[in-house]
Amino acid sequence: MSFIRVESPGLLTTVQDLGRDGFGTIGVSPSGAADAISLRLGNRLVGNVESAAALEMTLLGGTFIFPEGAIVALTGSDFGAVLDDAAVAPGTSIRVRPGQTIRLGPTRSGARCYLCVQGGIAVPRFLGSASTHLLSGLGGFQGRALRKGDVLQIGPPIQPLHRTSIAPKVAEQFLRRDVLRVTRGPQADWFDESSLREFCSSTYRVGEQSNRMGIRLEGPSISQSKVTSMITEGVSLGAIQVPSGGSPIILFVEQQTTGGYPKIANVISADLHCVGQLRPRDEVRFELVTFEAARSWLIEQERMLASPESILE
Amino acid sequence: MPTSITGEVRFQPASDQSLLVYFGEQITLSAHERVRKLLRLFESDPIAGVRNIHPAYSSVLIDFDARKYSHDQLEEVLRAYLGRLGSLRLSEPRQMEIPTCYGGEYGPDLDDVARLHKMTPNQAVELHSSATYVVYFLGFVPGFAYLGGLPESLATPRLDSPRRNTPPGSVGITDNQTGVYPFDTPGGWRLIGRTPIAMFRPDRDNMSYLAIGDRVRFTPISAARFAALKSA
Repeated sequence: MSFIRVESPGLLTTVQDLGRDGFGTIGVSPSGAADAISLRLGNRLVGNVESAAALEMTLLGGTFIFPEGAIVALTGSDFGAVLDDAAVAPGTSIRVRPGQTIRLGPTRSGARCYLCVQGGIAVPRFLGSASTHLLSGLGGFQGRALRKGDVLQIGPPIQPLHRTSIAPKVAEQFLRRDVLRVTRGPQADWFDESSLREFCSSTYRVGEQSNRMGIRLEGPSISQSKVTSMITEGVSLGAIQVPSGGSPIILFVEQQTTGGYPKIANVISADLHCVGQLRPRDEVRFELVTFEAARSWLIEQERMLASPESILE
Repeated sequence: MPTSITGEVRFQPASDQSLLVYFGEQITLSAHERVRKLLRLFESDPIAGVRNIHPAYSSVLIDFDARKYSHDQLEEVLRAYLGRLGSLRLSEPRQMEIPTCYGGEYGPDLDDVARLHKMTPNQAVELHSSATYVVYFLGFVPGFAYLGGLPESLATPRLDSPRRNTPPGSVGITDNQTGVYPFDTPGGWRLIGRTPIAMFRPDRDNMSYLAIGDRVRFTPISAARFAALKSA
């Protein structure tokens, strides 16, 4: 099998796929790529199944040596990648010759960049997935972020490949959004209508403490009208909970599976990938939409992704 | 729906791809039994398009494929399901034991907890280890069991500011709950002891030491016994 040597890991680089569903009953959250759309498109560029494992880099990319070469693609945010000394375009498949090095720098756009490799990153599966769950140290490559000197096995290639790129109309569709669409949270009526309105008309700043578990938002604090203690219950991906301090938190891919704070809103499924691209200090706003609209956008998004024309050969 | 069979049920969309099912708005053993029965049904008779299930005290959150169902459509499927809960029999709960070394470096908050309740640390240990607890559900992080049944006289508010780190195996209490931290995570519960048992081990058949519905007792052990069990 071919392999990748980690020359420098970058700020926080982990092995991720589309996560592990079905283990909420033992407290295991799905984890998986923070920007699942970029991972899926990257895998298709290199001829993998959409759910293959890849490297997720955060804010500052790493340096990776391919002693035996590989077919790779970079998706998500632009981390100014070079192959040896030549700039590499994101969103296209790239042939890496034996001994070549891909070097990435600080982000020029959002928070995360994906390095997808034909054949996928081969790591032992934990509960059916290659995703790293950092908090519990489970899954991925030894349950942790990559370090200098790590050697990652690459799985066998699936199929021969032509040069591919993401169709411009698809790339355009998945550009970052500064306004995230949300639906009402299960405790939305615990907040005054004016609080909900203020939440949707204010600009929030992404806090420095944000990570794969949650995005902390700084801005107008939200007060609860109903002062009752809540019974701990399951939390959904993208739930926006409001702790007693009033500063909202978006619960994300490595979220706790249950929680005891009221949720005012929830990011819609079609916009979850945008949450994965939020950087500390980014500004973000929220727009309230109906469940029906959220569902139709998801269906439309999936239809677009599934179309063969989304990847150009 | 005949309430005599399934009791009070409320459905609440949580996101465009998840639905909460509430069995009342209180922590009760009867709501807990219905949560367990619903899980049993999901296990024996899975619903296509349901991706994940998050049980809690008196509710179950269901993540589903929103391309397949609207909330109303899933609710309809679930109502038929709930009608079957009444005839389900749950197996006898397992009796589990958690050997625990109390106080000192193992339970840095034991003395404070005792002081708050105007008792000696030994009395606090005696109270904590004499009760039988129910695993209402697992949540928060892998293998974390929410144990109900802490004696009222030990009910203690959480720490004003959570610890950044809790050693794995730490036994904590808060309000009327107790629990064991499986991983080194931040935590606001008061730590009164530590168990040498690994609460979550991916290489074990039952990864989680505790399962929903288990009855649990804490047994006091010495530091020497802790060390022996830890290295076993």
